[in-house]
Amino acid sequence: MLNLLVISINAILIENFVLVKFYGCCPFLGVSKKSETALGMGMAVVFTMTIASAMTWLFNELILKPFDLEYLQTIAFIAIIATLVQIIEMFLQKSIPSLYSALGIYLPLITTNCAVLGVTLLNINNDYNFITSVVYGFSAGVGFLVAILLLSAIRERIAYSDIPKPFRGFPIVLIAAALLSISFMGFQGLKLPF
Amino acid sequence: MDIIQIILTVLIMAVFGLFLGFLIAIASKFLFVKKDERIDLIVEQLPGANCGGCGYAGCGAYAEAIVSGNAPVNKCPVGGDKSAAGIAKIMGLEASSTVRMRAQVLCSGTNSLANRKYNYIGLKDCLSVARLGNGPKECQYGCIGLGTCVKACPFGAIKVENGVAAVEYEKCHACGMCVSACPQKLIQLVPFDTDVWVGCRSHDKGPVVKNHCKVGCLGCGLCAKVCPSGAITVNEGVAQIDYEKCVSCGACVEKCPRKIIWSGKVQMSLGSTIANDIAADSSEPKKRRSRVDKLMDEDR
Repeated sequence: MLNLLVISINAILIENFVLVKFYGCCPFLGVSKKSETALGMGMAVVFTMTIASAMTWLFNELILKPFDLEYLQTIAFIAIIATLVQIIEMFLQKSIPSLYSALGIYLPLITTNCAVLGVTLLNINNDYNFITSVVYGFSAGVGFLVAILLLSAIRERIAYSDIPKPFRGFPIVLIAAALLSISFMGFQGLKLPF
Repeated sequence: MDIIQIILTVLIMAVFGLFLGFLIAIASKFLFVKKDERIDLIVEQLPGANCGGCGYAGCGAYAEAIVSGNAPVNKCPVGGDKSAAGIAKIMGLEASSTVRMRAQVLCSGTNSLANRKYNYIGLKDCLSVARLGNGPKECQYGCIGLGTCVKACPFGAIKVENGVAAVEYEKCHACGMCVSACPQKLIQLVPFDTDVWVGCRSHDKGPVVKNHCKVGCLGCGLCAKVCPSGAITVNEGVAQIDYEKCVSCGACVEKCPRKIIWSGKVQMSLGSTIANDIAADSSEPKKRRSRVDKLMDEDR
């Protein structure tokens, strides 16, 4: 139990996927204009990462390992994630339309996101078992959610600020993201028992 | 050995890929949902960059919003007029929306006509100033003139002249962005061809309006009495025109004692017109001017 808590705190704060590992910067900067859309994107990432972690772990354990094909992880995992997201999307559209419209375009957008692939590969690299993999995937998603929500809140404030002309638009967002990243690096000092 | 290994790998990946493909094919059969076919047609008209510039999550989300009637067709900044025209065709809007509208700023209180409460220096945004005692003008309903509507207008049709926003009618597409952006709720969409409009939205009582501004509506109701078609009503101290009934006869323009009902498309040169009128009209008593007003004049 403590182990799972350590893993999730590690994934959310200390090794935040966006702000420390720099995975998934595209949606992080692309859809953080409004808090509402950022929330949608974050939820979609949490959702996909959790399910992708579970499926890829099973696939790795049941198919790749017995055949000694672990070097196919990258390509196989991409295919799995893409298929999975497609099917989930269709399923949601059919059975839970409200959730489907809430996640909207973000679900297909993150199909080939490096953050999702990254979490599945890290699961294998870190020798996690099934449950820790799922928890790690979920917490990595939550870490992404936290980061993108924070940035979107900052951007909403920036929109009403008097910014020097050369910094208006994207430059100030990059600076804000960098400062956010630096502050998250501060969590490195948090020493957790492993 | 190596060859076998390669063939085995390729085989496994091929089978795996086929399996996934079948999975999707089967899923799409079972989980098929009927969609409005116009959505796909509209998506084809959009650039497909999913940039979110329209304020929606992507081209698909924007297309759905159009079909459900929640979004105007001209929100896409990338596709521009071309996309808008294509979408309008799909939605059959050309036939239905024949009445061209334009935005109209319902304030005439330019810097020389409306008295000031204070001199504002700071963030150039009406929203933030509106919170400071409802703006720098003594009239709490007046145009703040810092150009939040100018920024909101995607067509560059609004300018701030002498402290009051003014619309260049030819450029206006009546998208309504300025209407929702204005914190004073001063902008209204009126029929493009209309000749008359009331250039004031002050709900204050007559004497109070007189103290605040040289051109405010007093709510005297003379226009409502003189209107032959009953299009003007005085509501909470300000005259309002119902454009469904208005016949553009101009009787109210003649009658208005404050010259606040405007005829024709004159707003771009509004400030100077009124200023000249008032200078010519010597019966108008000279207003007491505050020190801040003088300072503002020197500033300008």
